[in-house]
Amino acid sequence: MLLRIAERTAVLLVSLGVSSALVFGFMVLLPGDPARVALGVNATEADVSRLRLEFGLERPLVEQYLSWVGGLVHLDPGISYVSRAQIGPQIADRLQVSLILVAASMTIAVALALPFGTLMAVHHRKASGLVLSALSQVGVAVPAFLAGILLITVFAVQLRWLPASGWTPPAYDPGMFLQQLLLPALSLGLVQGAVLTRYVRSAVLDVLREDFLRTARAKGLTPMRALVRHGLRNAAVPVVTVLGLQLATLLVGAVVIERVFVIPGLGSLLLDAVGNRDLIVVQDVVMVLVVAVLIVNFVVDLLYLAIDPRLRTVAR
Amino acid sequence: MTAAPEHTAYPVGGMPPTRTPADTPPPADVARVRDLAVTVGHKPLLIDVDLTVRRGERVGLIGESGSGKSLTALAIMGLLPEDLAPTGSVVVTGQGPGGIARMTSVLEAGEHGLAAMRGRDVAMVFQEPMTALNPTMRVGAQVAEVMTIHRTVADRGAAARRAVELLDKVGLPDAAEAARAYPHQLSGGQRQRVVVAMALANDPALLICDEPTTALDVTVQALVLDLIVRGVEARDAGLLFITHDLAVVASVCERVLVMYGGRVVEAGPVLDVFTRPRHRYTRGLIGASDLDLSRPEGGLYTIQGSVPAAGRFPAGCVFRNRCTHATVECEAVPPWVGSGPEEGFACAHPVVHHEGGGS
Amino acid sequence: MSRLSRGAEAVMPPPGRRSRAGVEATLLVGGGIVAAITVLALVSLVWTPYDVGEINATERLATSSARHWLGTDKFGRDVVSLLMVGSRTTLLVGLVSVGVAAVIGVPLGILAAMVPKWWGEVLMRANDLLLAFPALLLAIMLTAVHGQGVVTAMIAIGISSIPSFARVVRSGAIGVMKTEYVVAARAAGRRPIAIALRHVLPNVGSLVIVQASVSFAIAVLAEAALSYLGLGAPPGTPSWGRMLQEGQELLFVAPRLEVFPGVAIALAVLGFNLLGDGLRDHFDPRLEDRR
Repeated sequence: MLLRIAERTAVLLVSLGVSSALVFGFMVLLPGDPARVALGVNATEADVSRLRLEFGLERPLVEQYLSWVGGLVHLDPGISYVSRAQIGPQIADRLQVSLILVAASMTIAVALALPFGTLMAVHHRKASGLVLSALSQVGVAVPAFLAGILLITVFAVQLRWLPASGWTPPAYDPGMFLQQLLLPALSLGLVQGAVLTRYVRSAVLDVLREDFLRTARAKGLTPMRALVRHGLRNAAVPVVTVLGLQLATLLVGAVVIERVFVIPGLGSLLLDAVGNRDLIVVQDVVMVLVVAVLIVNFVVDLLYLAIDPRLRTVAR
Repeated sequence: MTAAPEHTAYPVGGMPPTRTPADTPPPADVARVRDLAVTVGHKPLLIDVDLTVRRGERVGLIGESGSGKSLTALAIMGLLPEDLAPTGSVVVTGQGPGGIARMTSVLEAGEHGLAAMRGRDVAMVFQEPMTALNPTMRVGAQVAEVMTIHRTVADRGAAARRAVELLDKVGLPDAAEAARAYPHQLSGGQRQRVVVAMALANDPALLICDEPTTALDVTVQALVLDLIVRGVEARDAGLLFITHDLAVVASVCERVLVMYGGRVVEAGPVLDVFTRPRHRYTRGLIGASDLDLSRPEGGLYTIQGSVPAAGRFPAGCVFRNRCTHATVECEAVPPWVGSGPEEGFACAHPVVHHEGGGS
Repeated sequence: MSRLSRGAEAVMPPPGRRSRAGVEATLLVGGGIVAAITVLALVSLVWTPYDVGEINATERLATSSARHWLGTDKFGRDVVSLLMVGSRTTLLVGLVSVGVAAVIGVPLGILAAMVPKWWGEVLMRANDLLLAFPALLLAIMLTAVHGQGVVTAMIAIGISSIPSFARVVRSGAIGVMKTEYVVAARAAGRRPIAIALRHVLPNVGSLVIVQASVSFAIAVLAEAALSYLGLGAPPGTPSWGRMLQEGQELLFVAPRLEVFPGVAIALAVLGFNLLGDGLRDHFDPRLEDRR
C-alpha cells in the first residue's frame, strides 16, 4: 500500500514538472513577444527592449523557465508586465473566492447526482426512471453559463428574490454572501450534477448486474439493503474516477460563471489578463489551475486506493 | 444391454443412505413445488414442474442449458427476474426457533418474507465463484453478515467468531487469516468454499447448488463436492443439486429429476433412472455420457438435432422433434406415468427394459 | 492503466442500454435536430429574412411581431436572422475542430495500438494529460497570444478534442489487432501501413463516428462559451454565444434576447448528444437489455 502511495506521489511530481514545462513552452513558443504585446502597438523599440531587460526576457529560455518554476515553488509568481504589481497576493485573493465557488458547486452536484443517479438506475425500466433520464439529458446539454443566465432571468429579474451579480466576502456580510453565492453555485452545480447523475446511474446499473449482488440477495438482504451495503462501495469506484475529471470541467466552468455573475475569482483575473495582454499573469493563473487539477486528481487517486482493496496490491 | 454410467471415484459417502426406519416420524418436506410455470411475455420457460425435497434427501436436477433447471432453483428462492411471471405453488419449510416449522409460500410472499427466508431456511450456491463475492469486503465479514442479517447469533462479535469457525470447517487453511482476506486474494476453489460456508452458516433446511463445481479445476471439484455433502449431512438438510454432469449426480444424489424444454420428463431414484431410463431423452443423455457404449452399428450415441431456443420447444412432447421414436401421438403432451412427482416419466414411447437388456 | 485513463473511458458518456425502439427514437430526435440546424445554416448562406449587417435604429428591441418573429436586438437586427447566421458559425467551428481532431487523433490512436506496448503506454499517458486539459483554457491561452478569432477557437477546440479520438480509436484498434485475420496478416509479413488501412481503419469507423458526434456537442458548448467571453467570434460575426453576451446587459429589459440564443445552443448540444448516444447504441451488437 505504501508503495502505491509513493508511486502516486511520484506521478504527481512528474506531472507537475511536465505541465509546468508545457505551459511555459506553450506561452513562449507562440509567436509574439510578451513585452511588445504587453506594451501594445504603439510601443517604441527602446521601450520594448527596456521591458525585456527588466523582466529578464533576454535570458536563455531554460534559465527563464527554471527561474519561473523556482518562483512558483516559493509561492512567488512574479510581477505583472503591465501593472508592475506583485501577482502573488492577487492570485491568493482570487483563489479563495474561486475555491469557495467550486466547493459549493461540487457539493450541489454530488448531492444531486448520488440520489437521483441511484434512483434512475433502480427504476431504469419504469416511467420515473425514463423521465429522470430525459431531464438529465437536458441538463447535460445546457452549458453552465447559460444556466446562470436563465437563473438570473427567473430569480433576479422576474422574481427579484436574489441578486443578479456581485460578491461579498463571507466575513463582511454572511447573509449577502450566501445570497450572491446561491445562483452561481446552482448554475455550475445543476449542470455538473446532471452530467454526474448519468455516470452514477451507469455505475449503479453495472453494479446491479453483478453476481455478488445476487449473492447478497440470496443471503437475505432486500434489494435496497443489498444495494446500499454491497453495491455502493463498488459503484463508488467509477464515480470517484469521474469526480476528479469533473473538477477540471468545474474549474473551467467557474471561469465563465465569474463573468456571468461578476465574481472576482481566478477566472476573471485570467480573462482580464488576456484582455490586457499580460502574458505572465496568464501563464501563472493557468499554472495555478493546472496544479489545482493535478492535486485534486492525486487526492482522488488516494481515495481510490482506500475504496478498492484490489488496487492496493495488484501490480499494474 | 443396459448401460451403467461409469462411476468416477469421488471420495464421497459412496452409496446413498438407506431410508429411515418405519417407526420414526415421516420426514418433512423442505421444498414443495407444484404446477410451477414461468412465462416471459408469451414464451413459456417452465411448464408443470412438480418437485419435492425432504429433510436429509439429496435430489439431483439434471438437464442441458435451456432446460429450465436454473430457473426452477431461482423460483424456489424467489429470485426470478422481474419480467418473468411465475404461477403455481412453491412452499419452503424451514425450522424456526423452538423447532416450529416456518413455511413460506414463495410466489405469494412479499419482499420481506422472502428476505427472511433466504439465507435462513434455504440457501443457494451459484456456479461462478470468481464473481460471487463482494470484492471490496473482507471474506470473514461477508460470512458473518448472513448471521447478523437473520440474528442467528447474539452479536457481531459472535458472528465474527462463528465465521472463522465456518471458514475452518470448509477447509480454508489458517481460518483467522483467511477471514481478513479480500476475495481477490483467494483462488476460485477457496472462494467457493467461502460461499458454501456462507450458505450453511444458519443451518438452512434446504441447500440449493447450481453447478457449484463446474467452474472449478477438476482437482478441486471433488473436494468442494465433499464439503457440500458433508455439510448437508451434518445438518440433516435437504440438497437440491443442479448440474448437467451425470457422474456427479450419480455419486451425490439419491433421487433425480430430468428436465428438458422447461418440463420434468423423468424422475426416480438415481440408480433406476440411470440404469433403466424410460424417457427417450434420458436414454439419449445416459448413452451420450457413456463413452464406452457404442451403437450396434458403431459410433457414439448422440441425440440428433440441437436444443431449441427458450420458449421455442415444440408443442406436445417437448422432445419430439429430436426423438427417433416420435409419432403422431406425441403431438399431445404425454401424461405423467408414475407413482407421483418423484417417480415416473412422461413419454408416449418409453424405453422398454427386459431383464438384462434394453432396446 | 492509470486512473486518468480509466477515467478517460468514463468520459465517454455512459451507454444508453435501451430497447431497439428507444434507440431509434433517440436517433430520430437527435438526427432531426442536427438536420434542422444544418438546413438553417445552409439556407442562411443564400437568404435570411433580414440582413444582419444592417443596423436599424428605429426598430431596436422590438418584441415578437409578424414582421420580426422573434423580435430584434439592441441594434435593431432581426433575431431570427441572427440565429440563422449564428448557426453557421456554430456548425463551422464544430466541423473544423472535429475534423482536425479526427485527422490527428485517429492515426495517433491506431499508431498507439500498433507500436510495441511500452511506447503505446507512453503515448497514452501523454494523451491523458492533454485529455485533462480543458478546451476553454487552451483557447484562452491561444487567444492571449493570438488575439480573438474564430480560427483560434477552432484550433484550440480541435486540439483539445484530439485525445478523445485517440483513446477511443486505440481501444478499438487493439481489439482489431487481436482478431485472427490481423494476426494472420502480420504473420504473413504484411506491412503495418497496409494492415492499418485495410483492417483497422474500417473497423474503428463506427467508433469514430460516435466520437465525432460527441465531440461536436462539446465543440458547440466550447464555442458558445468562448464567444460569450469575447474570445471567439469577433463582434462582426454573429454567434449564439456572442448574442448571449450582448444581451446580458439588457437582461432586466428584454430577457427574451437571452432565452432565444440560449435555447438554440441547448438544442444543438442536445441534438448532437442524442445523435451520439443513438449511434453508439445502434452500433452496439448487444442492443436489448434483458436479464
